Amino acid sequence: MTTGFFTSVDDVAERLATTGYLASPAVATTVFLADRLGKPLLVEGPAGVGKTELAKAVTAVTGARLVRLQCYEGVDESRALYEWNHAKQLLRITAGRGETWDETRTDIFGEEFLLPRPLLTAIRSEEPTVLLIDETDKADVEVEGLLLEVLGDFQVTVPELGTITATRRPFTVLTSNASRELSEALRRRCLFLHIGFPEEELERRIVTLKVPGLDAALAASVVRVVGALRAMDLRKVPSVSETIDWARTLLALGADRLDERVVRETLGVLLKHREDIVKAAAKLDLDAV
Amino acid sequence: MSRADGAGPVGTAGAAGSPADAAGTSGAVARITGLVAALRAHGFGIGTGETVDAGLALEAVGFADRERVREALAATLLHGEGQRTVFDQVFDLYFPLGAAPESAEAYENTATDLAALRDRLAEALTAGDGAALDRLAAEAVGGFGGYGSGPESDGWSSYQTLSRLRPETLLARVRDRLRAAATAEDPEFTERLLDDEIRRRIEAFRERVRTEARRRVAERQGRDRVARRAVAGTADGVDFLLAGRAQLDELRRTVRPLARKLATRLAARRRRAARGEIDLRRTLRGSLSTGGVPVRPVLRRRRPRRPELVLLCDVSGSVAGFAQFTMLLVQALHDQFSRVRVFAFVNRVDEVTGLIARGAADPAGLGDRILAEAELTGWHGQSDYGTALGEFAERYAEAVGPRTVVFVLGDARTNGADPNLSALRLIADRARRVHWLNPEQPSLWGTGDSVAPAYADLVEMRPCRNARQLGALIGRLLPV
Repeated sequence: MTTGFFTSVDDVAERLATTGYLASPAVATTVFLADRLGKPLLVEGPAGVGKTELAKAVTAVTGARLVRLQCYEGVDESRALYEWNHAKQLLRITAGRGETWDETRTDIFGEEFLLPRPLLTAIRSEEPTVLLIDETDKADVEVEGLLLEVLGDFQVTVPELGTITATRRPFTVLTSNASRELSEALRRRCLFLHIGFPEEELERRIVTLKVPGLDAALAASVVRVVGALRAMDLRKVPSVSETIDWARTLLALGADRLDERVVRETLGVLLKHREDIVKAAAKLDLDAV
Repeated sequence: MSRADGAGPVGTAGAAGSPADAAGTSGAVARITGLVAALRAHGFGIGTGETVDAGLALEAVGFADRERVREALAATLLHGEGQRTVFDQVFDLYFPLGAAPESAEAYENTATDLAALRDRLAEALTAGDGAALDRLAAEAVGGFGGYGSGPESDGWSSYQTLSRLRPETLLARVRDRLRAAATAEDPEFTERLLDDEIRRRIEAFRERVRTEARRRVAERQGRDRVARRAVAGTADGVDFLLAGRAQLDELRRTVRPLARKLATRLAARRRRAARGEIDLRRTLRGSLSTGGVPVRPVLRRRRPRRPELVLLCDVSGSVAGFAQFTMLLVQALHDQFSRVRVFAFVNRVDEVTGLIARGAADPAGLGDRILAEAELTGWHGQSDYGTALGEFAERYAEAVGPRTVVFVLGDARTNGADPNLSALRLIADRARRVHWLNPEQPSLWGTGDSVAPAYADLVEMRPCRNARQLGALIGRLLPV
């Protein structure tokens, strides 16, 4: 049942840290459970907190292969699961003119003519695999039905070939931005993890790790300002990726401490809406923007 | 409910009973099933399979670290972030922090002790020391939260604790200490954030006190009872008419995510509506080239025309929270419509579309601004549906046309005035559709001064008591 990547919660946290992913206790615990129970992991949270990054980090520390299914509106079975290679099948039929129909038929629905798509690839894989189903909420409801069989039993049914069951469970991560409610049935099959904005201390470590060369005191100030912005009622509050961008900007500008002018000029890195900038400037007592 | 309860323990016992330390697990099984039952009582759909998973998860992470136990249970039992607040509160009851220091009981409610406790609290707030704050919360509730004397009437009150301790008054003291501790250079930019940060820390401490009081009450009265009654439900399930200020604030924060979900749902409906209708005439015309066999069906083309929306809201005291939430939601959805107009009334009608468009930046002050800037009341301040509907039909009839869908929001309590049914009938005749959303439960319609049944005869009236229902209704009723 287990994917057998990790031995303990601490093991998860330590090994993820070596790839530069600092996991909160919640993330480490849930990743460990997903590994131990062999269940898919549904990760929700605001954009830019490292949902996709988590799957990549797990791939990196375990030396597994990453199979990624990027969902979008209109993604379907033939993009997600498998497809028959029609062109090749036609060629095969034309090439074998002398054969009887029965011979041809058994032949053209064989391995050779099957085009595996991400889900089938991950199920059939013999080596350790991480299956990333990205932005699941963008896919249509029908695709969710498809995922139920794949994620519930880790098997895929191809009518012509029979049911293919995973010999080795892939470590599965689904991400969602909650632009649509995923169905209860899908949620039931997954472990649920919400990655929110990190605690101040953790975010400071993340910034220091991702932006080497940044003064520790400045990193602390950066995180505090971002924390204050998140407490405001804004259209789009800055995420971790914006914090890192801002820290990089400050480093590039050569600012060694925050002051009113620097904050005012770089607020656009953190906030992406005009009205948010105006509001934040007012609350932070910046003069006219 | 009873069947689900019965299924839970059996499943978990089978799963979690397997590990070696059987003595410890039977207690754990009872805890998990108790927790699950309490969560179900709050409306969480948790199946037996998930309960089993929770047992397996606890077996995997062990009981050494309480936060890990919490995360393990959350990962297996929850299906969405909205459930987390309720879960955390229930979890604290079933897996409480280690026993509170019993010496706390010996505290005497003297002024010196209070002062000493406040001193230590200020220190812990300055340091931001979570463990110390937990300890202090336990001491505070033990020392100042107890009331009553008999075994039947006594209890623990977080309100009493907090009103004696008044942690919010420590702001200045904590600020001074933090300033003194800071390396004394010139004032840093982040100085100006200090007050808000301290306020957040104090609020977190208040929450700790509330948790502690709940835990103590649970010890006294039985956990299951407290878990069902003393834990507030999720924000989207709060009754509009009963919601407090804090809950309305929380609701307001859900407007934008909810609007995004509704927009996705509307887009999907629109896409579905755009295909499927066969244009018979053009299909037959096309079939002539294939000998009369309609090989290629021609679908009717839809004109991409977005509907118009008119919102007519009662904003008088009793239903103001409901109206404001809906106004903000509709405003957030405005790009889904060719035109949105919002009217507010108490006993006179005024258009507030502009106020709401500008109000998106400061939703908290919206209600006050509407009351201040729009002309909504005549001689008195009570809501009067008849007059308001009449005035709307008279002054703003041009806002309603055959493409308009009208939503009327209110409890239809006319304070005894004439309901003016003919005005509503006039609006209903002009509009493509009229929906009435009533924040009261249907059993109350028609009681007292409510004329809901009379209005319900003319237009469709639906109960809409919390944000969850509103989201579902809007997703279904909004025209595409």
